[in-house]
Amino acid sequence: MEEIKVGLEVHVQLVTLKTKLFCSCSSDYRGKPPNVNICPVCTGLPGSMPTLNKRAVEEALKVVFMLNAQPYATSYFFRKTYFYPDLPKNFQITQYDKAGGYPLAHDGSLKLTNGKVVRIERIHLEEDPGRIYYEGSRATAKYSLIDYNRSGIALIEIVTAPDMSSAEEARDFVERLTTILSDVGINVRDYEGALRVDVNVSYAGGERVEVKNVTGAASVEKAVVYEVFRQKTMHEKGIKVVRETRAWDEKRRITIGSRGKEFEEEYRYMPEPDLPPVIITEALMQKVKDEIGGSQEERYNEIVNDGINEELAKKISSDKQLYSVYEKVKFYEPTLKQLAANVLANEISYLMKRYSVKSLPDDVSGLVEILQNYRSIPDHDTAVDYLKKWVEGEKVKVSLQATSVNEIHDDVVKVVAENYDKIKNLEYTKKFEFLMGILIRKFGKENKKVLVEELTKVLSETR
Amino acid sequence: MNLEGYSLLSILKEIERGSINAEDVNDFYYKKSLQLNDKINAYITLLKPDDKKINGNLKGIALAIKDNISTKGIKTTCASKMLESYVPPYDATAVSKLKEQGGRILGKTNMDEFAMGSSGENSAFGPTRNPLNNDYVTGGSSSGSAAAVAANMAPISLGSDTGGSVRAPASFTGIVGFKPSYGAVSRYGLIAYANSLEVIGILGKYTKDVKFLFKLIAGKDPLDSTSLNVELNEKEQFKPKILVIKSFVELSKDEVKKEFYRSISKIDEEGFEVKFIDSFSLTEYLLSAYYTIACAEASTNLSRYDGIRYGPKVESTGNWRDYITKARSFFGPEVKARIMMGTFILSAGYYETYYLRALQLRKLIRQEFEKIVRGYDALYIPTMPVLPWRIGEAIEDPKMAYASDVLTVLPNLTGSPALSLPVGRIREFFVGGQLIGLRGDDIKVLKIAEMMEEILKVKNDGRN
Repeated sequence: MEEIKVGLEVHVQLVTLKTKLFCSCSSDYRGKPPNVNICPVCTGLPGSMPTLNKRAVEEALKVVFMLNAQPYATSYFFRKTYFYPDLPKNFQITQYDKAGGYPLAHDGSLKLTNGKVVRIERIHLEEDPGRIYYEGSRATAKYSLIDYNRSGIALIEIVTAPDMSSAEEARDFVERLTTILSDVGINVRDYEGALRVDVNVSYAGGERVEVKNVTGAASVEKAVVYEVFRQKTMHEKGIKVVRETRAWDEKRRITIGSRGKEFEEEYRYMPEPDLPPVIITEALMQKVKDEIGGSQEERYNEIVNDGINEELAKKISSDKQLYSVYEKVKFYEPTLKQLAANVLANEISYLMKRYSVKSLPDDVSGLVEILQNYRSIPDHDTAVDYLKKWVEGEKVKVSLQATSVNEIHDDVVKVVAENYDKIKNLEYTKKFEFLMGILIRKFGKENKKVLVEELTKVLSETR
Repeated sequence: MNLEGYSLLSILKEIERGSINAEDVNDFYYKKSLQLNDKINAYITLLKPDDKKINGNLKGIALAIKDNISTKGIKTTCASKMLESYVPPYDATAVSKLKEQGGRILGKTNMDEFAMGSSGENSAFGPTRNPLNNDYVTGGSSSGSAAAVAANMAPISLGSDTGGSVRAPASFTGIVGFKPSYGAVSRYGLIAYANSLEVIGILGKYTKDVKFLFKLIAGKDPLDSTSLNVELNEKEQFKPKILVIKSFVELSKDEVKKEFYRSISKIDEEGFEVKFIDSFSLTEYLLSAYYTIACAEASTNLSRYDGIRYGPKVESTGNWRDYITKARSFFGPEVKARIMMGTFILSAGYYETYYLRALQLRKLIRQEFEKIVRGYDALYIPTMPVLPWRIGEAIEDPKMAYASDVLTVLPNLTGSPALSLPVGRIREFFVGGQLIGLRGDDIKVLKIAEMMEEILKVKNDGRN
């Protein structure tokens, strides 16, 4: 099968906010008569100026931390200029990672259900445009009506690397993201149009095609399926796929090329002179991390509901950091929650006290690795050493030799069984050499000693 | 009652004493405006003040406001066909502060369209004429705000200054024009031309009036994130230390130069400490940095004028791109030119070459300026190197045009407070001297200007 690459740009409305991103208008626009939640700022009247809603930065940071991304200490707002009737200033205030700018955060990750890690390149804040409404259908409507109630609603844009290789993975990403968002109270499921995705698809190393404005996980999957089918068909007919932006037709479940002349996107980005840089202080980060957890009672109940005993639950829920790590590990590997609870309540809280560690790493992948191999770690001291490394923010790789003598034994048995026909008539040394070759390729030279022992054992058993 | 030559402060004192009332004062300026506006063209909109009694610091006195400062319920046109019928639904912060303190609006003053220009001739509603000689320009872009004060059509006025727009017309009409530090007065409601350079300023006959009004409108505004609180308390009397950059003075015409140097010897005699240095090393970059930044910001600021929410009514062809194109043809030629330049500057491939470099230059200019001026109370140079020219007549010497901007853009690039006051006379005109301080030293600059006013006694009291 030819390679499929999918990258997503997910726009999420910060639905937990009561007001818009740059003015104090109510953000509650759904079901309202048109143009009631508006003011000089969000309709871009001459002379109006944006001022940043500080809560928006805090809510966005919650998502940043949940996605293991790193905030920039200083980030900037830019003007992205393009003419469109739903954009009252004819420029959108957004963040930009070029021209001397920095977005809110960079380098995050999200793990899919199948274990694949999708890299998140950047997360930034921006304002939503208004909405164009057509009486009847677009083709028959006499007028385009514009409603600015949505104009200026706070959005975050989450940009992934092109790490997904199927429609299912793209769907899974959006579903997992939706769950993470609801963990911090951003329940996009409850608000129509609160999560909108631009889907980038390339097939067999061809040009990237962007499908704009796809709403919801199921539609993302359908859009990728259609786009792969379309590009594959073109590929087979020998037609070159051109880099373009297409629209998603939800009713017909197809993507539509933009009519009219194609021209290169020219947004003329420049720094927004009316807004100072966004400064993320240590204190702000701590405040947001503290908020992620909820009340201690809520935390306690949630842990007990997971089937963890009351003593452990009490200990973990009393510390927001322990709780936050517990939740993340549970999210990535639900089967590890009991072990995670034990380790957090005992070894990790001991290590934090012993080495006066103030904050635990945001990235729990090292801890997950330790927990997954926990039973194979030869002794408790070694396990604590690994945990200490993670607590201190070092990269953790649990080495295989130490981990899984049991697994190696099983695998050696398997290799011998699979190759039984080939080796049954060989003399012992030839047999041994042949099997060792396969095993070394599989486990690496560093495990040679264990492998020799195990193979000797297995061969003596099967003789 | 004849209030010609009265200061705002003396009028307020008279009202306090009960010898006159605000109604009479407003009536005087309103009638004078009715009588002179056909000739001077200072106002785009003139309003008859009502006679309701208002208290507060300004006691109900009506003032002139430049027509790019938003006034609730009153047309704010920016002297453009594009906004000919635009009525803002809100007041600029500076306007609401004046209203809260008992101020009224006498009218909205003429200007160069969207504040782009330095002669007052680029208005869709015709040029403002200089009260000192009606055949000559007033200087711009706050042309009407200067002319109204100079011709006794207003006791004091608000203007805006992006690259000299308050100081140039003040100099050409022989009055005082003050550009505060960047951010010292909220820009909320000031229709943006170049956000990072401009500020609302004040034009009056006397520095003490300007200082009084500045204190009423200064201060941090939650609606303007770039605003700040500058020191408003006054120091005891001090002996000013003044720096003069000779190469700046040398850019001026001989007669201007002569008057300017004469003012220096007078303040020197009265105990000012004056030091001269030869030149400012980045002089040749001032204009390029200024125009690059201003045009880039202008091109995005002015993209909102598409005729959809307000502005000219355009016949629709069913295609919104055509609609926007037609609506945007309502801009005047100077505005179109600056939008085109800004669009080019921000285009892919040119951003780094022009815009980023201009920002870096601005930083260097700031550093150089602070290095030179630190240790002094202010820099003192001419405001305009030439006298007003005839309306319609281009400046004969293009080098002079270049230089005329060089002297005023510096404080906009450095965010400094700057003030122009009349320091000499030539025929019917005045020579303006410019004091430039370090950012935040607004009151210090105003204080020095007051001292100079007293020493030099060059005054356009409107009775010429």
